[in-house]
Amino acid sequence: MNLIENVSRRTGPHVSRRGFLQVALASGAFVLSVRFVPPPLFAAEGEAAPAFDPSLWMSIAADGTVTIVAHRSEMGCGSRTALPLIVADELDADWSKVKIDQAIGDPKYGEQDTDGSHSVRSNFDLMRRVGATGRAMLISAAATQWGVPQEKCSTEPHFVVHGATGRKLGYGELAAAAAKLPVPREENLPLKKRPEWRYIGKESNSLFDLPEIVTGQAIFGMDAAMPGMVFASVEHPPVLGQKIKSYDDQAALRVVGVQKTLTIDTFKPPHQFQPLGGVAVIADNTWAAFQGRKSLKIEWDGSPHSVYNSAPFRKTLEATSRQPGKVVRNVGDVDAAFRQSGKSGGTIVEAEFYTPHLAHVSMEPPVAVAEYRDGKVLAWAPTQNPQAVQETIAAVLGIKKEDVICHVTLLGGGFGRKSKPDQVAEAAVLSKQLGKPVKVVWSREDDIHFDFFHSVAAMYLRAAIGSDGRPTAWLQRTVYPPINSTFDASAKYADDEMGLGWNNLPFDIPNHRAENGPADYHVRIGWLRSVANIYHAFAIHSFADELAHHAKRDSVEYLLDLIGPPRIVKLELTGDEAEDAKTFPLDTARLRRVVEVAAEKSGWGKKPMGKGRALGIAAHRSFLTYVATVVEVEVDNRGQVHIPNVWTAVDAGTIVSPDNVRNQFEGAAAFGTSLALFGEITATNGVIDQSNFNNFQIARMNRAPRHVDVTIVESEAPPAGVGEPGVPPFAPALCNAIFAATGRRVRELPLSKTKLA
Amino acid sequence: MTARWFSPSPRGSTLPHFALCDYDMEIIQHQPAFARRYDRELTGGPMIRFKVNGKDRTFDGDPDMPLLWYLRDVAQLTGTKFGCGMSLCGACTVHQNGAAIRSCVTPMKEVGGAEITTIEGIAPMHPVQQAWMEIRVPQCGYCQTGQIMQAIALLKENQNPSDQDIDVAMSGNLCRCGTYQRIRAAIHEAVKHQAAKETA
Repeated sequence: MNLIENVSRRTGPHVSRRGFLQVALASGAFVLSVRFVPPPLFAAEGEAAPAFDPSLWMSIAADGTVTIVAHRSEMGCGSRTALPLIVADELDADWSKVKIDQAIGDPKYGEQDTDGSHSVRSNFDLMRRVGATGRAMLISAAATQWGVPQEKCSTEPHFVVHGATGRKLGYGELAAAAAKLPVPREENLPLKKRPEWRYIGKESNSLFDLPEIVTGQAIFGMDAAMPGMVFASVEHPPVLGQKIKSYDDQAALRVVGVQKTLTIDTFKPPHQFQPLGGVAVIADNTWAAFQGRKSLKIEWDGSPHSVYNSAPFRKTLEATSRQPGKVVRNVGDVDAAFRQSGKSGGTIVEAEFYTPHLAHVSMEPPVAVAEYRDGKVLAWAPTQNPQAVQETIAAVLGIKKEDVICHVTLLGGGFGRKSKPDQVAEAAVLSKQLGKPVKVVWSREDDIHFDFFHSVAAMYLRAAIGSDGRPTAWLQRTVYPPINSTFDASAKYADDEMGLGWNNLPFDIPNHRAENGPADYHVRIGWLRSVANIYHAFAIHSFADELAHHAKRDSVEYLLDLIGPPRIVKLELTGDEAEDAKTFPLDTARLRRVVEVAAEKSGWGKKPMGKGRALGIAAHRSFLTYVATVVEVEVDNRGQVHIPNVWTAVDAGTIVSPDNVRNQFEGAAAFGTSLALFGEITATNGVIDQSNFNNFQIARMNRAPRHVDVTIVESEAPPAGVGEPGVPPFAPALCNAIFAATGRRVRELPLSKTKLA
Repeated sequence: MTARWFSPSPRGSTLPHFALCDYDMEIIQHQPAFARRYDRELTGGPMIRFKVNGKDRTFDGDPDMPLLWYLRDVAQLTGTKFGCGMSLCGACTVHQNGAAIRSCVTPMKEVGGAEITTIEGIAPMHPVQQAWMEIRVPQCGYCQTGQIMQAIALLKENQNPSDQDIDVAMSGNLCRCGTYQRIRAAIHEAVKHQAAKETA
């Protein structure tokens, strides 16, 4: 069985994009092909924006099949379905006649990193324009054929209709004529009115790949294959940056199925997405490669990162968090307010919070297939970022980026890990050495040991409480090895993380200062679903609940008081954040609304809870989406935490697929449960202590919330994001519920560190 | 030897047996991953005869090779997924003579004479698959074939499982996307489909 053919069935011919267009044209397809240069549609940093070229995105064959290109990766958030649905809606296509062609990595599609919950946000207008362009041209072709004014024609799914005479022409019949017409200018392009949307916002939407997924036909990276490929498993340096001193592969080579061993050079700092280095066992199948590795004897040299021990490192982070750091937001005069509070005998509340490293553990471990031939690389990978695959392989092998073709399979989860294509680069490096296609498969142990970890973080918060119980001053400090250390070995301060729930506190406090302290990195740091929002939200919303308790106020009422009156919060932002803030101002009316909805849905304050049972709330805006979560917790006599109910209210602006949005937020509750209850990665002498799901546990069905109720707050605001924003409020809402149930305040994750009985 | 995780429970069930909310470390650490002898030279073994999805198959490679890798790399039946290699996640669940097993810890020497069924051997749309479609369970979908195979095995034994029965049967199958609530709903939905199919 040729698996590549199998992939092609859903993802289009195994040819370059240029080739695809030619194939489409040869078969009489309607390919929008006239180019014009509109204002930049993409905010690609430092690069000229690609011109609007609808033929990149869509074609219609004579049989009426509409092919829409999905340029974002599918890792379970629904992007591969959502963007084509938007095109199909504006095109007024019959969804059952739509085929999706997964794009290879290519800057002509603009930015392709499926991260930051922004696939719909950043492409909504573009996808509408693509569909509307097609529809306008089809109408024009029909009107010409009938000799009637365009204005007298309309569409129903897959047909242009002339209302007066009832005449109809199918999109397939019109394709050839439409292809010859000029592309209408954007300003003349009629877009559907919101009530005319056929797919956007509709309950009936489901994942395009659903039938293939439930029948086992869906092709993930783990399932990709190339004719003649061999299998590889790589023994990486246990400590970041170690190099091979010597190795003995004699026993490994005697393992049945093992062909040979090869070495991969250790990266030169900064590590970026380069391979970690190590010894690869090449074999006839995955099992043999895994077995061969067990018999390798490798001596590694030293690494500066072998000093990494989690317990003392925590002390260092905490000590730093007690010192002034770099100021990232300053409102009023916090120091003066604290002094004033001291003089007037006000209450000062201080708290320290700590959260450990986390691993992504997507169910599909990192995997890739690549072939190097004649200075070019062809790769198939479950990647969130195919252009990073191109860039990384090009840099590692010293070839041109354009000479790396990266096909994207379905991803068996991503959560940010699969934005980093180090394993794809390993496959390319090995294929170059071997002269044949190589499939690199990471074991679960590899995945956990060699992740780009969610950062460990320490936070210090301090507030002065006025006589009315509200804070007159609020100081917050956060310290962690920054993600930027992956790109700059000298980086010690956070960068983009500040926008992730730290420099944009939505509370109405007259004196507020947010700071960030320096920290060294000793493992690869990366972004994990909702990123720094996880620890920032945990500290801020746990602390807010502490203040409510100090003020002897109801948590919901106090939270609404902290958020303050409906207003646009003034922020000091730069770059992309400032740009986003123009379209997506921080609107406390929307934040208040989700708090009110979640509280109401949960029956907050209205139902008797019983012993060891209570509700907790947290509300957090991330990725421009407003979310409030109420968690109901039950702590039994043994201190075991059960979560019978979760209510989440979400305002993500305009929604494409409501059922998928609910699924994302249900899943976020399980993800939040995992990190709150169990998630902890630690290091001893630079080596990660955890290895598989026995010692890095994630929530199973019996520990996940039993029922998650998701309410989507109707909104006509621009689409924000849904993949990540459900995660941040979960852990603080849970811990606030635990406080209400037990009187024990949790300031450290995971919960297994705090004795609750 | 099949991993104890799936050996018959005291009640004679072929489903994994562990108490609700008690799966934690003790359960997991008692999973005896089958004896892997890394210290000896692996050699080809005797011919093993078995069936996969009704077709006769033979295998004379490393008898310790887990069924998972035979299915994926040799038979190229890739609907069965690799997730952990230690029977901790259930992504590799298939049926051996109708009972759910974790193929990642089932060595080839244990499948002689057995009838193995993978997701590819389930004629679509099975009531469980139908329910998975209707409830729109999957997000990324990677674990779902294992979940579906586990659910089919559950419904063979227990035609109308309670929420707790479902939790006990399904808690060995991890889903990082967190679709558990929908999996539970889909199993209840499948019961209805199965009943409708039987009366039809």
